[in-house]
Amino acid sequence: MSERERSGRHRTAPVLDLDAIIDDPGTRIVVCCGSGGVGKTTTAAALGLRAAERGRNAVVLTVDPARRLAQSMGLTELDNTPRPVAGVEGEGRLHAMMLDMKRTFDEIIEAHADPERARQILTNPFYQSLSSSFSGTQEYMAMEKLGQLRRAGDWDLIIVDTPPSRSALDFLDAPERLGRFLDGRLIRLLMAPAKAGGRSAFKLLNAGFGIVAGALTKLLGAQVLKDLQTFVSALDAVFGGFRARAEQTYKLLQAPGTAFVVVAAPERDAMREASYFVERLAEERMPLAGLVVNRVHRAPAAVLSAARSTAAAEDLESRGEHELTSAVLRLHAGRMQLAAREHREQEHFVSAHPTVPVAQVPAMSEDVHDLEGLRRVGELLAAQ
Amino acid sequence: MRARDTDWDGVRLHVVTGKGGTGKTTVAAALALALASGGRKVLLVEVEGRQGIAQVFDLPPLPYEERKIAVAPDGGDVYALAVDPEEAMLEYLEMFYGMRRAGKALTKIGVVDFATTIAPGFRDVLVTGKTSEAVRRKGKDGRRIYDAVVLDAPPTGRVARFLNVTSEVAGLARVGPIKNHADLVNGVVASPETAVHFVTLLEEMPVQETLDGLDELREAGLPPGGIFTNMVRESLLPASVLEAAAKGRFDPAELALGLKAAGLAEGGSDAAAVAEALAEEIAEHARRTRLERRERRSLDTSGRPRYELPLLADGVDLAGLYELAESIHAQGAA
Repeated sequence: MSERERSGRHRTAPVLDLDAIIDDPGTRIVVCCGSGGVGKTTTAAALGLRAAERGRNAVVLTVDPARRLAQSMGLTELDNTPRPVAGVEGEGRLHAMMLDMKRTFDEIIEAHADPERARQILTNPFYQSLSSSFSGTQEYMAMEKLGQLRRAGDWDLIIVDTPPSRSALDFLDAPERLGRFLDGRLIRLLMAPAKAGGRSAFKLLNAGFGIVAGALTKLLGAQVLKDLQTFVSALDAVFGGFRARAEQTYKLLQAPGTAFVVVAAPERDAMREASYFVERLAEERMPLAGLVVNRVHRAPAAVLSAARSTAAAEDLESRGEHELTSAVLRLHAGRMQLAAREHREQEHFVSAHPTVPVAQVPAMSEDVHDLEGLRRVGELLAAQ
Repeated sequence: MRARDTDWDGVRLHVVTGKGGTGKTTVAAALALALASGGRKVLLVEVEGRQGIAQVFDLPPLPYEERKIAVAPDGGDVYALAVDPEEAMLEYLEMFYGMRRAGKALTKIGVVDFATTIAPGFRDVLVTGKTSEAVRRKGKDGRRIYDAVVLDAPPTGRVARFLNVTSEVAGLARVGPIKNHADLVNGVVASPETAVHFVTLLEEMPVQETLDGLDELREAGLPPGGIFTNMVRESLLPASVLEAAAKGRFDPAELALGLKAAGLAEGGSDAAAVAEALAEEIAEHARRTRLERRERRSLDTSGRPRYELPLLADGVDLAGLYELAESIHAQGAA
């Protein structure tokens, strides 16, 4: 094994200096994104704590934290309000909140519609499905909440954890998808009855739309179609607001004060997803800070290669001596193999994106349970 | 086709879920291979548009079409299908209403955006509907086309909702074609012909999510399957050594002697340094083993059948997939 492989990081990947990012007063938003199960939320929380303990007035917005991680920041319920985190050392302050997707959505409706219309929307079955579903809405509401926190101006650094989507890219697409939908022809079709003063809209439409209307009625049934029409016309009042806010948040993400941190684990799927994400951010002109690779396995006795360990273990076994040593050597060889594989997975990323700064966090045997654990993760993130 | 005696005889739809990063798609693929072994025909379905099956089998992206992708041990075929909700909707309209053209028009004006944005429940009905259609489908001889269908389902946090299509659309459509379709799907998904398996690692969060997921299934009246613990590393060290190491009382002196005997260290100080470093690895291994034991105990409380799959040192390639399939077969899961 070469020196480079032993060091665990490819030499050409620049080092991601997270302290420089969180210390820079110009950094106002840090977005942690990546595929599910790579430690995104933990990374966001640890960065928030570290930033606060280095003097920032920070807030961490988490979307769906594991119970014990939430507890480590003193969060016990999903209440959509930033709560101060106790036990933070130093001059800075830390707040944390869990996103309540439905309440965030309700608040937008209430802010943009008169009370009667708001009531119509909030009680409609379509609204209830939309506002409590997990695909799309969560992403959209996370971005909406981020915009709100930014406008509130109570914090000088907002760290946001993105939803556990099926794909890391979902949260970038969700606002646009919703916008496209709201502007779409289907909506205009469904809006027609209200605008035609109660007459059946479908009669007014051309033949192409006639087919569609027939299909929709067959597919959904007349009652569903009616509910949907009621919903869509009631929602009409807040459309403009929706779209404007989605665009505002999108621009906020492109602004220089934003830093995207892509989080991954040294496994094929997660690294591939990280690659896509980096490319996508570049396409959207969103400012990428770098890649954090969590759960990297290292071997303290790396001077001893996998091949030498295995050979020596075989030798001892054939002589029937030093049983313990041969078992330890086998264990070590397995660990070296794992480290080598993880290194290869990262190398693919680095050769495709040689300019992206990388930080590695070693695998820890236990999950984070308390502030001390988060502090430790923060130290590891910074110690590159 | 040989006779079977597996834990899941009679199950035709194997739904595989798991927290992100646990290797859900890999396990689903290995399970499909194991189920197909001995001359059976199995369909492996994915629904999230990730092309995970193609990646696991090292194939170009799969179209919306059932095609043969692998031959199982002792003969047997694995077919794969990447369900695309838009295509599923067009197919549904054509199959039940003979409306291909209207379907195209619907797509054009954004009905699919509608389905995924405003009412994700509709999307799930289409996707699970396609899957249960494959489960029920019969050939000219009246026998089912597939001996089993394996569904690579959404992650644990979303799976009960995904499968519980009836209640998912109930709020939207109390009567009508969608409701009828959902009821039909539910008839398959909630039947004893279905089992929902969980993939986990011996780590706190995935284990907790598995137990929570099982509770959710129970509440939704969906049939729980087994728990597949993935990426298990075998412990080579005796319990006494692990115990000492976990308490920080492991003495590296014996190790240093062994290293010298194996010719891995030149002088005494060299051997001692390497032994120190190895002792650190042992201590970490001991801590992890202890945690893993705790997580195994938590999983045991679920009372579900458990299977353990080894961590493959070189990652999962095609050969590794067959190795996992063999292990699944040997443990009686297929």
